[in-house]
Amino acid sequence: MADLVASVLRSVAEKETKYKTIEVLKDIDVDIDEGNLLVSDTNPFDLTKFRSNKEDFFKNLARDNTQLLINRIWQLPTEKEDDVIVAKLPEPKTKIPREKPIPSAKHVTKWEHYARLKGIARRKKGRMEWDEQAKEWRPRWGYKRANDETKDWFIEIPDNADPYEDQFEKRKKEKKERTAKNELQRLRNIARSQKMKVPGVGLTPTENPSKEQLGKVLAMAKKSTASIGTFTETLPMEKTSKYAGKKRKFEPNYGDIKKETSKQLEIFKNLHSDQPVVDVNKASNLVLNQEDASRAKWKKENPFGPKKSGKRSKMGGRGYYKGGGKEKKGKGGRGGNMKGGRGGNMKGGRGGNMKGGRGGNMKGGRGGNMKGGRGGNMKGGRGGNMKGGRGFFSNK
Amino acid sequence: MRPLTDEETKTFFEKLSKYIGENIKLLIDRPDGAYCFRLHNDRVFYVREDLMKRAGNISRENLISLGTCFGKFTKAGKFRLHITALDYLAPYAKFKVWVKSSAEQQFLYGHHIMKSGLGRITENTPQYQGVIVYSMHDLPLGFGVAAKSTQECRHTDPMTLVAFHQADIGEYIRSEETLL
Repeated sequence: MADLVASVLRSVAEKETKYKTIEVLKDIDVDIDEGNLLVSDTNPFDLTKFRSNKEDFFKNLARDNTQLLINRIWQLPTEKEDDVIVAKLPEPKTKIPREKPIPSAKHVTKWEHYARLKGIARRKKGRMEWDEQAKEWRPRWGYKRANDETKDWFIEIPDNADPYEDQFEKRKKEKKERTAKNELQRLRNIARSQKMKVPGVGLTPTENPSKEQLGKVLAMAKKSTASIGTFTETLPMEKTSKYAGKKRKFEPNYGDIKKETSKQLEIFKNLHSDQPVVDVNKASNLVLNQEDASRAKWKKENPFGPKKSGKRSKMGGRGYYKGGGKEKKGKGGRGGNMKGGRGGNMKGGRGGNMKGGRGGNMKGGRGGNMKGGRGGNMKGGRGGNMKGGRGFFSNK
Repeated sequence: MRPLTDEETKTFFEKLSKYIGENIKLLIDRPDGAYCFRLHNDRVFYVREDLMKRAGNISRENLISLGTCFGKFTKAGKFRLHITALDYLAPYAKFKVWVKSSAEQQFLYGHHIMKSGLGRITENTPQYQGVIVYSMHDLPLGFGVAAKSTQECRHTDPMTLVAFHQADIGEYIRSEETLL
């Protein structure tokens, strides 16, 4: 009896040494995702063991963690199917990145885009339709379709229509045009989805083509010959279409260098000709004149207002034209009226005589550059306004 | 390779005249031989006539450069001068800026010129005038645009920019592969 016990104990002990225990202890619980049959072990490495024998260390670690996974699987509900125990795995917890890129969104057609924008929903229509004449349900389209227009043996001529027009032919043509338009739109949708240049925008079939469209069609038609429009005759006085396109034309590479040089010199000469040259004198005079004009206006509106201009003597010499050569800044008379034009004698001005009219307003010469007057006389009429000379006298 | 069109010539001359003014005439009409401007791969080359004729034998794909490259037309149709044009700009320069030796390196690394680095400047340089940049030993270093007129330069503080950098001879090293 004791023998038996001893032998059983020995065999158990042997078994235990042969097979490791299914109990595995971990400092930190490992994370098990049964759905993916995945164990992630976050325990730190035992570095001393790792360095002594790497191979054994990993083998043991793998064994322990596999044991934990298998323990967990045994906790799952199991079934028996054909003498095989099958565990039902739950949904995987770990998100695994997808192998293929996310499929790109389907390209919307122009109508779909518009419909989405306007919130137009698709209305479901049945495949079959009631045919009033045949008194039965027929397919909406295709073979033996309901309300088939093409099967009409008789068409009423509409009001205001040409009685000799073939209505059957017209219907056929319209249908063909609709088909062609649809095909074009389909191609354009494809082109748009491929980010290609959308073709043939100018020539969509339209009921009432605009002037621009007609121009495009005409330009195209003129070129649509075997000779690409070389022999297309033009009407007298016909302008070249702006849709006709431009031909590039370059000078010959080995042309006359001298001619080229002279042409370039010509271009260089005209380089800054389009820019206006600012005459500083003229510009400053313009500003001064505007000031004067506003002052004069003010004076006219307030004739009894505070006098801005007194006698000449009080003008502090402002209104006094000093003789002696050029009057560069004719500030004289700025004060407004120069009454008693007798004083308005410009003795300067290179012998020029400027007489303001007697009692007249002398507006002339105001701030103007009186370079002129070279021997010329400028006389305001007696009592008249001398408005002339407001601008710039430059009798060069 | 082809001659410039009138439009291109105009843009090109407009840019060139910012630096050398009417001295362009001296480039077009030279007493020492016929020279011409040719466009190749959007770049403008200044080349002797006989050399151009010889280069015409080389197919368009294989021809890389001929004569001196003055610059290139951008996609927008503007013209941009390259540093390679400096050899022709420097002798005819109308407005010059000299940089101090301390600021030389800064300029050659592609930086603008500050007042502190300004050695001399041509009198009466207007603002935004194209200028050729020289070292104090009269070695042309590059070109740029005056950010301030000569008058304004006198009264600004040392950290203000007086000339904008456009091209410098440091580009021969920095952008060696793009220069022709």
